[in-house]
Amino acid sequence: MSERGQSLGWTTLFEFANPKRFMDVTGAIIPWLAALTAITIGAGLYLAFFVVPPDYQQGDTVKIMFIHVPAAIVAMMAYVAIAVASLFGLVNRHPLADVAAKTAAPLGAVFTALALITGSLWGRPMWGTYWVWDARLTSFLILLFLYLGYIALWNAIEDEVRAARAAAILALVGVVDVVIVKYSVEWWSTLHQGESIMRPGAIAPIFEWPLFLMMGGYGALFFLLWIIRIRTEILERRARALLRRMGEV
Amino acid sequence: MNAFVALIVRDMRLATRAGGGALLAVIFFAAVAALVPLGVGADLKLLGRIAGGVLWVAAVLAALLSLDRVFQSDFEDGSLDVIVLGPLPLEAVALAKMCAHWLTTGLPLTVLSPVLALLFNMPAKGYDALLASLALGTPAISAIGAIGAGLTLSVRRGGLILPLLILPLISPAVIFGAGAILASLDGLANGAFPLLAAFSFVSVLLSPFAAAAAVRLNLAG
Amino acid sequence: MEHFFAMGGYGAYIWPAYGASFLGLAAMIWSSLRSYSRAKRQLRELECEAPS
Repeated sequence: MSERGQSLGWTTLFEFANPKRFMDVTGAIIPWLAALTAITIGAGLYLAFFVVPPDYQQGDTVKIMFIHVPAAIVAMMAYVAIAVASLFGLVNRHPLADVAAKTAAPLGAVFTALALITGSLWGRPMWGTYWVWDARLTSFLILLFLYLGYIALWNAIEDEVRAARAAAILALVGVVDVVIVKYSVEWWSTLHQGESIMRPGAIAPIFEWPLFLMMGGYGALFFLLWIIRIRTEILERRARALLRRMGEV
Repeated sequence: MNAFVALIVRDMRLATRAGGGALLAVIFFAAVAALVPLGVGADLKLLGRIAGGVLWVAAVLAALLSLDRVFQSDFEDGSLDVIVLGPLPLEAVALAKMCAHWLTTGLPLTVLSPVLALLFNMPAKGYDALLASLALGTPAISAIGAIGAGLTLSVRRGGLILPLLILPLISPAVIFGAGAILASLDGLANGAFPLLAAFSFVSVLLSPFAAAAAVRLNLAG
Repeated sequence: MEHFFAMGGYGAYIWPAYGASFLGLAAMIWSSLRSYSRAKRQLRELECEAPS
């Protein structure tokens, strides 16, 4: 990156991250983001139900893929976002970083739960059971517990700053762990069951459009809700600051 | 070196006192192991197969019992502040406490496990793997558990969310540890042991830093 | 119409999956919007009270 480009990049990142600037910028893009979300999800659903034929092997259950895979991807993306924000919060002490991490967690947890539920319902007609301890499902279950623990820690510690730092440490330890869990279960599965079961493999082109649209839509929805929740937190902090000042007068 | 060992000895002495938690962990371990056959039924072949996994889970739960006390009791009566001012860096303090915890829970549990495996009628070829996997894996429980203990220091009733924080983090140890025992029962090549050893080694190496960071932020307030 | 709901016999799995997803997404959207409007309202009330 050129020197000029680099300084521009970092300046805009921190300017954007200043709360007032954040409110202004996000206030402008929210309507567009909401429209994008609605359009992509709407189009994806339309294609899924009225255009896509049943799969040769899976029949109509392939339609569950269109809500399972996007949920799973967002679940993982949210955790990565929390880990990155946590790192920023610990290193830079940037207050918005902590807010970003805190607000992403409930969303990530719901997407993880949706991934598990849809995955289970997809697996039942395919492989006969509602649950298998394969690498993917197991590591998602662990991911759900990581989210719940993370949220519980935020709620358990009263002091906001301390809670932010503790949660950040937990998130970073958890990121290392969830990768290890995935590999450990993969190892265990190959030892006892042969190939890991839920391998999607190549997707026929006709399925690609609805899948990518839904992935885009879910991702846009996550960002939309994340931004709204960060704005909420900023407003709440302003209110608390006002209360404190009023109390002093 | 001296201060480090002294801290370990002190913590061990505190843990093995009445009400210190070490004896409780051992009893709990035995109780859980004895309870499972009651719930699962007396099919000896089945019990022999699940023995490794059950003992692993029981070991984790038993270790959890005394984990929240690792920093908490010193934090509450002010001794932690004194220890922090001493010659040892906080990371070394954390490591010492992890060692003391393992010596008073993980190690006794490992030693007791073959006796409990008898209750499960575990086939003879599993015993070596049982001892080795618990010996290798329980340090990871103490290490990662100490991180959770540090994070929940200032939480009232922190012991309640401690399992929720820790269980996902130590699941690789359970997976590899129980998997190693199962593999030896089946006569398969045991790739689990190097993985378990690696996981334990990395946990013990890195946990003191995370635990110290967690304690530090709770002391700072 | 029935063919649409039966989904080749898999309807019992597909519809609950979509239903759960819809509920989950709707819950997230509703809770996000609700807490946002509540925060906005509270801040506005406080700003009216405060003289500055």
